[in-house]
Amino acid sequence: MSIQVKNIRKEFGSFTALKDVSLDFPTGELVALLGPSGCGKTTLLRIIAGLESADSGQVLLDGADASDTHVRERQVGFVFQHYALFRHMSVFDNVAFGMRMKPRRERPSESAIKAKVTELLKLVQLDWVADRFPSQLSGGQRQRIALARALAVEPRVLLLDEPFGALDAKVRKELRRWLRRLHDELHITSIFVTHDQEEALEVADRVVLMDHGKVEQVGTPEEVYRHPASPFVYGFLGSVNLFHGRVEGDAVHVGDDLLFRDKVAFGNGAEVFAFARPHELNIVIDPQETSGVAAKISRILAFGVTARIELDGLNGSTGQLFEVEITRDEVARLGLEEGQAVRLLPSRLRVFEREKAAIAEGSAPNWVI
Amino acid sequence: MSGAAAVLHGVGDQAGRFESKAATREPKLVKWAILGTSLTFFAIFLLLPLVAVFVEAFRKGWEVYISALIDADAISAIKLTLIAAAISVPLNLFFGVAAAWSITKFEFRGKHLLITLIDLPFSVSPVVSGLIYILVFGAQGWFGPWLAEHDLKVVFAVPGIVLATIFVTFPFVARELIPLMEAQGKDEEEAAVVLGAKGWQTFWYVTLPNVKWGLLYGVILCNARAMGEFGAVSVVSGHIRGMTNTMPLHVEILYNEYQFAAAFAVASLLALLALVTLVIKTWVEHQAGKANQLSEE
Amino acid sequence: MAASRTFRVLPGFGLSLGYTLAWLSLIVLIPLVAVFVKAGSLGLDHFLAAVSSPRVIASYKLTFGASLIAALINTFFGLMLAWALVRYSFPGKRLVDALVDLPFALPTAVAGIALTALYAKNGWVGKLLEPLGIQVAFTPLGVLVALVFIGLPFVVRTVQPILEDLDTEYEEAAVSLGANRWQAFRYVVFPTVLPALMTGFAMAFARAVGEYGSVIFIAGNIPMVSEITPLMIITKLEQYDYAGATAIAVVMLLISFVLLLVINGLQAWTAKRTGRER
Repeated sequence: MSIQVKNIRKEFGSFTALKDVSLDFPTGELVALLGPSGCGKTTLLRIIAGLESADSGQVLLDGADASDTHVRERQVGFVFQHYALFRHMSVFDNVAFGMRMKPRRERPSESAIKAKVTELLKLVQLDWVADRFPSQLSGGQRQRIALARALAVEPRVLLLDEPFGALDAKVRKELRRWLRRLHDELHITSIFVTHDQEEALEVADRVVLMDHGKVEQVGTPEEVYRHPASPFVYGFLGSVNLFHGRVEGDAVHVGDDLLFRDKVAFGNGAEVFAFARPHELNIVIDPQETSGVAAKISRILAFGVTARIELDGLNGSTGQLFEVEITRDEVARLGLEEGQAVRLLPSRLRVFEREKAAIAEGSAPNWVI
Repeated sequence: MSGAAAVLHGVGDQAGRFESKAATREPKLVKWAILGTSLTFFAIFLLLPLVAVFVEAFRKGWEVYISALIDADAISAIKLTLIAAAISVPLNLFFGVAAAWSITKFEFRGKHLLITLIDLPFSVSPVVSGLIYILVFGAQGWFGPWLAEHDLKVVFAVPGIVLATIFVTFPFVARELIPLMEAQGKDEEEAAVVLGAKGWQTFWYVTLPNVKWGLLYGVILCNARAMGEFGAVSVVSGHIRGMTNTMPLHVEILYNEYQFAAAFAVASLLALLALVTLVIKTWVEHQAGKANQLSEE
Repeated sequence: MAASRTFRVLPGFGLSLGYTLAWLSLIVLIPLVAVFVKAGSLGLDHFLAAVSSPRVIASYKLTFGASLIAALINTFFGLMLAWALVRYSFPGKRLVDALVDLPFALPTAVAGIALTALYAKNGWVGKLLEPLGIQVAFTPLGVLVALVFIGLPFVVRTVQPILEDLDTEYEEAAVSLGANRWQAFRYVVFPTVLPALMTGFAMAFARAVGEYGSVIFIAGNIPMVSEITPLMIITKLEQYDYAGATAIAVVMLLISFVLLLVINGLQAWTAKRTGRER
């Protein structure tokens, strides 16, 4: 089933959680709502489920307005962040709950319920815990039971609120792959909320980036990572270096240093933000070199395949931290040392005019990682 | 003001946790001094009065004891006490559940004021609790003339006793349920609704099983107070023997007539009720503690 | 279009809140208002005369004095008992723990006659005190004994959970920083339980001020000497002086309200200090 939201607004007192959000979720896709905490993603998910109502706007399920449909009738599967398993019921009874609540006419027979529950428990690979209570399960197991319970009512869409939020790192990673595989089997339209960019990029078909109640960008994981549409998205996805620059003619300067020379779309004197990923910066050791931003190597971390170089900005970018990723061979070839003064030259750069990005800066104070 | 909700969790002897560590252990002498003083205090002020009730009750032997209990006035007092409790406890149970549901599952203005108002009867002197109904329903009260016209009696009759009992036991169930349901949040209820459960199904299959021990706890405390209330009931009862006497009032009358053995015999029944209440309460705490442990593992 | 503003996922809000408010008004609020309405019709002179006659003033002194001393005694021994219950294992602990609530469960009239029997001249305790020239029953001292009895669980039950939740790490930290056992208690444990202790004190005090059943048997009710304020209300009622009874009831109610606010404030403080829900 497809889901559409149109011009959704939601306020909690004086706090605006969602500002005019419109989105399309095509049938059968697994979509991630990604953003920092407080960006409105969970509120949007709850509005789609019918657990919360929008102040204005519409939710369309398969093209039909569902705004006045009670959550009970929406046929959505919802997996709560802390699972909300009924603690006094066994795993079996938890999964069977939705079927047993149906009016007598529609209710399956006890044997049909048993078959269905068993099938679902097999699907989530937990048929051996049917008689246990939620308190006797690990976090990852609870999560999978919560999913089985949601699937038991044969929902038209599956909504998951921070599905891996409460799990430790290793279980998280396993469950991520498992959820992806499960989705490939079932092909049920699914939306999940997360604040973890790696999770969103790895699992979802499509990522919706949200900030301050607004949608910043929608796209496939590759699109949003390769071509961030705004400084916020740039800062939020992956590590990034930020330069506070100024346009002079066809060049971008940082302080007195020349960062980059090419056709720039902004007028002379415009203040800009320029972004480069760590692997998009080159280190130049030639003292004769005059272009590039001056920096001093503060630390070389060379325990992986690639080495990470941390640098302190000099001259115009004093007080800023930069990070460069190059191969270990390159480190050896250049003979880099801690304390050495070098210049940074970007091989690829995204430039945004500062005024338009003003809001974004406040929201992501630690862009430069 | 029972403060009992706080005791609902944490069952079992955890003293070892403190006694096994050097930093949280007192010198032996200090320990024995604290133990000795506090237990002596406990024995003199709590244990001794309890023992005294039973000793005094049997001072003149079994026969006097039994005859005090099968006396017609005693029987009618027992009946009235049971009636008052049987009416007021379910009413307050129903109220407590409704109040806790509205307060813990929804947001609205004035919630804290409402909670304070529900607690109000605990801070009102029992005597004042009785007086207020005299002022409303008594001969000179608001509805006095109207009631007299229609030949209805509230004050100095059974309805007055029931009303006073409801008042003094008003907060018991609500105040046990509110913190409990507040702590449990509404995730499970929302999950049930998403899965298609209707209102009463959600309450019956999800909410109620989660609060059953707290509910039972509130009910037994409510019942103990309902059967044992003295001050408020004394004001509205009029002390008509065989008619408007509850057990505690009957105890007072016998005592004031110097029938000490009989007074203590009836009192021993009430003391027994108190002991049974404490036993059930301890058992409920134990169960709740077990359930809690299970859900926190 | 958009759903209405009163949208709620869980059902029964209007019904449950409506019922709650209606029942609360009917049973509690309207009758309480009756007291103030009645008192208002009294006239200020009459009101002041009723609440400040010498006999009533004497009853205030006894009620508040005895309640205060009883609450202080309970605070001291209650903390000690709570400490013993949390920190030490001893035989019969479960029994002691359960019986601490006896004053909540035992009808006050029963407590009253039992205490009187114990402290009368020929009673178990009275017999021992008689040679020392101490008379408890039928004196203000008797009132104090009864109020200590009914107030004890309040202190124990508010302090006990706080002590139970107290992590051993705090005292270990104190000791590792060079504190001795007393200092660790005085500067680390005590400040943590202080709000709860004061809450317990205030609750015991509030209960003692209004107490009737357990006191009147042992007090002897001698005018100007051992009459408590709630008894004054009863006395006025028996004389059909409804106005006088109402006036004293208003004074008691106002004091109850103030104490209720104080207790609420203290509970909020406890919650803040220890980070637990009340």
